[in-house]
Amino acid sequence: MNLKDISTSVPKKDHKGKVSGQLPYISDVKVENMVYGVLYRSPIAYGKIISIQLPNLPDGYEAVGAEHIPGPNYVKIIKEDQPIFANEWVNYIGEPILMLTGKDLDILYSLLNEVKVEFEEHQAIYTLDEAIKQKSVSLVLASYEFGESLENISAIEQGAHQIIEEEYDTGYQEHVYLEPQGMLAVYKDDEIVVQGSMQCLYYIKNALLSALACGDDEVRVVQSPTGGGFGGKEDYPSMMACHVAVAARAVKKSVMLVFDRSEDMLVTTKRHPAKLKYRTALDKEGNILSMYVDIFLDGGANVGLSSVVLQRALLNSAGVYKIPHFHAKGYVLKTNTVPNGAFRGFGAPQSFAGIESHIGHLSKLAKIDPLAYKRKYLVKQGDPTITKGKFRDPILVEEMIEDVLNVSEYKKKKEDFQRLNQQNQRYKKGIGTSLFLHGCGFTGSGERDHIKAKVKLVKSKDDQVSLKISNSDMGQGILTTLCKIVAKELNLPFEDILYPYPDTKEVPDSGPTVASRTTMIVGKLLERAAKKLKNQWQTGVEQEVVEHYVHREMIPWDEKTFTGDAYPAYSWGVNIVEVEVDTLTGNLKLEKVYGNYEVGKVIDERIMKGQIDGGLAQGLAYGYLEKMTSKQGRIQQKSISDYGPPTSLDIVSIESKVFDNPYADGPYGAKGAGELTLIGGAPAVQAAIEDALHTSFQQIPITPEVIIESLWMKEGEEG
Amino acid sequence: MIKFTLNGRTVETDAPATARLLDLLRDEFELIGTKEGCGEGECGACSVFVNNLLQNSCLIPIGSIAGADIQTIEGIIETEQFKILDESYSIAGGVQCGYCIPGMIMASAALLSENPHPSEAEIREGISGNLCRCTGYNMIVEAINLAAKKGDGL
Ligand code: FES
Ligand code: FES
Repeated sequence: MNLKDISTSVPKKDHKGKVSGQLPYISDVKVENMVYGVLYRSPIAYGKIISIQLPNLPDGYEAVGAEHIPGPNYVKIIKEDQPIFANEWVNYIGEPILMLTGKDLDILYSLLNEVKVEFEEHQAIYTLDEAIKQKSVSLVLASYEFGESLENISAIEQGAHQIIEEEYDTGYQEHVYLEPQGMLAVYKDDEIVVQGSMQCLYYIKNALLSALACGDDEVRVVQSPTGGGFGGKEDYPSMMACHVAVAARAVKKSVMLVFDRSEDMLVTTKRHPAKLKYRTALDKEGNILSMYVDIFLDGGANVGLSSVVLQRALLNSAGVYKIPHFHAKGYVLKTNTVPNGAFRGFGAPQSFAGIESHIGHLSKLAKIDPLAYKRKYLVKQGDPTITKGKFRDPILVEEMIEDVLNVSEYKKKKEDFQRLNQQNQRYKKGIGTSLFLHGCGFTGSGERDHIKAKVKLVKSKDDQVSLKISNSDMGQGILTTLCKIVAKELNLPFEDILYPYPDTKEVPDSGPTVASRTTMIVGKLLERAAKKLKNQWQTGVEQEVVEHYVHREMIPWDEKTFTGDAYPAYSWGVNIVEVEVDTLTGNLKLEKVYGNYEVGKVIDERIMKGQIDGGLAQGLAYGYLEKMTSKQGRIQQKSISDYGPPTSLDIVSIESKVFDNPYADGPYGAKGAGELTLIGGAPAVQAAIEDALHTSFQQIPITPEVIIESLWMKEGEEG
Repeated sequence: MIKFTLNGRTVETDAPATARLLDLLRDEFELIGTKEGCGEGECGACSVFVNNLLQNSCLIPIGSIAGADIQTIEGIIETEQFKILDESYSIAGGVQCGYCIPGMIMASAALLSENPHPSEAEIREGISGNLCRCTGYNMIVEAINLAAKKGDGL
């Protein structure tokens, strides 16, 4: 492929199959001798199972439970705390206890109604606030603390002019990938093949090896076309895979488990609700002297990936700022609610919403424009990170800010809106900004110590080259971008590079499809593999090359002391959002959205734009539209309209630009991009609403109810 | 026995009248292009044409379609309008995970048939019953806009 610039867009590999609807997702698949599975789930939030009574099962219908699991009864993720089928204690409403299998779904659902389980109920903890109040170590699923010594911080606070304390809350966010989760175990005498909608083939394979206590060649994991993931198909599919595989083994048939939307919304992982506390010492002019941050994440009933999510939340707790004298502490607390997990941004969206809000509020105290105030503290190349690592690469944020200020006419609009708002009693306009970054790849030494990625290129006799990697295209476009990298490197036509849906029998473990690592880490390995293949190229001959991850030496990461370089590189972004608020109804209208980004080098402009628009839509909606709550341990929104993700009428066109800043260890200079685009949405929306209404908020989402309540409070205060 | 026209052919089924059209299409006729995203009429992934009107097939009991003319994405693939939409979606980059896309294409086709030169606002309105979680809609809006220009009334 002879693209002058790798960024030039090409038609996507999977376009035809998707646009015609003929690409089969897992729910489109039927295999011989296949039965469906349905799950009996705990109706109570916390308690002990006393007895299980099954109805009489008709011929061909069977029950599968903990007793059928050949290996240990837990889903292997990080800690051993999520049973595959709960058989002693249940810890949340919706926790799976057993599965019924059979041909007809209607019959299965009616049988499910007849299952009787007797529980001894115990007092559950339903909310993060309750868990914080309990102050019990037994509820702490993970915690970290780092930064400057507390003695120093309190000495500074004692000499300060003013101490500002704020508490900030963020809610659940639900992925709403349009394709609900689904998993199929194909039963064969000597092998179980698990296929489905997923991001992480080897997470699933490892979970299966443990659950089935079987040999490496007895299970195989194959990705199906995946209808959106956003993190929601990172950890949860491991549990579903265990369910169908254990059941397939037990009933000796292929077993399909597909959720409908409400089951998917009620029981799958979500973005962690969080509470963030800030205590900041200021001098007379409003300059920051020190900052102390406390972060609490609602882990739900088990730890899952929460400890890693907390790490990222903490690593981002100072935002893009160099704060003198910084200290942070964080906890994941257990509640008897649905376990929370990975979601695009992975802890960072909560932290950025919090810190951007707090810094914005400090700027008001200092009577300085928020953006001007933020710019005083912006990190620069060579600055230390809050964990004593280093920002080693050039940082273009200043340039990106200048540009977006011009494009959006920020200053003029600020003044115009002030004037307009004075004239218009009902509708108020506002403009707000957010500055953010995203650490690319796994936190710390994860890539070197845990993932150890490996990629393979296989060349056929007719000189076509196949990518053998374990990464999933879930819509983000890696079927196209990664093939492009290899095609360009080998100077072959794009059509001659193949990337079949990965199958663990064929592909080495190149790591999970998470953490904005795929393009940067796997892409780089592929680039190197392609170079190697080029050097030994023999026309008409089958060839194979393998490449292994090489670690860029930095300041070594130490998880215990929480010091060192947490990430090899960072991507950056700036958003500006304009809104109009109806002060009568509290309704919010987005008017204009701008985004400038720096992701090293873009591998495909059009795909990048898709990431910007889609990520930003999710991020904006996280700030004002999408609201999920739980009551007595039960998720209250079980349909799409109850929850309210954006429709085409909510979103406006987004003016975006991407800045080049090639990174030496990424393919063609590329860094991570997928998660970054979500992060700035919510804080920019909040800042714009605050600008419109001259109020401060301490939470997202800022729904119409929240807006109306704040207007009443303001009226009250103003008498 | 219910008889109707499916993608131009007369077909019949023994399925109960309360069965959902969506299931009938997918299970009995193996037309997998019609997807289920919610089963409650909220996402548009299951969009089909019933007597040329855009409908959510998850909400339609087949008892109500006797004698009706049903078209699915498979039924429009050969049309000139589909080809233009296909190309426009590719150029505009409107497809990510693809799960909403057959439904979006149906909604796009319905919109353009009724209003060959829609404004941006009309496009947004026209696809407002179709949820897309990946794209943030703008590139889909752009695709429809492009198709309107290219198709010029098709
Ligand atoms: S599946 Fe019919 S509208 Fe969602
Ligand atoms: S492309 Fe994924 S939902 Fe639209």
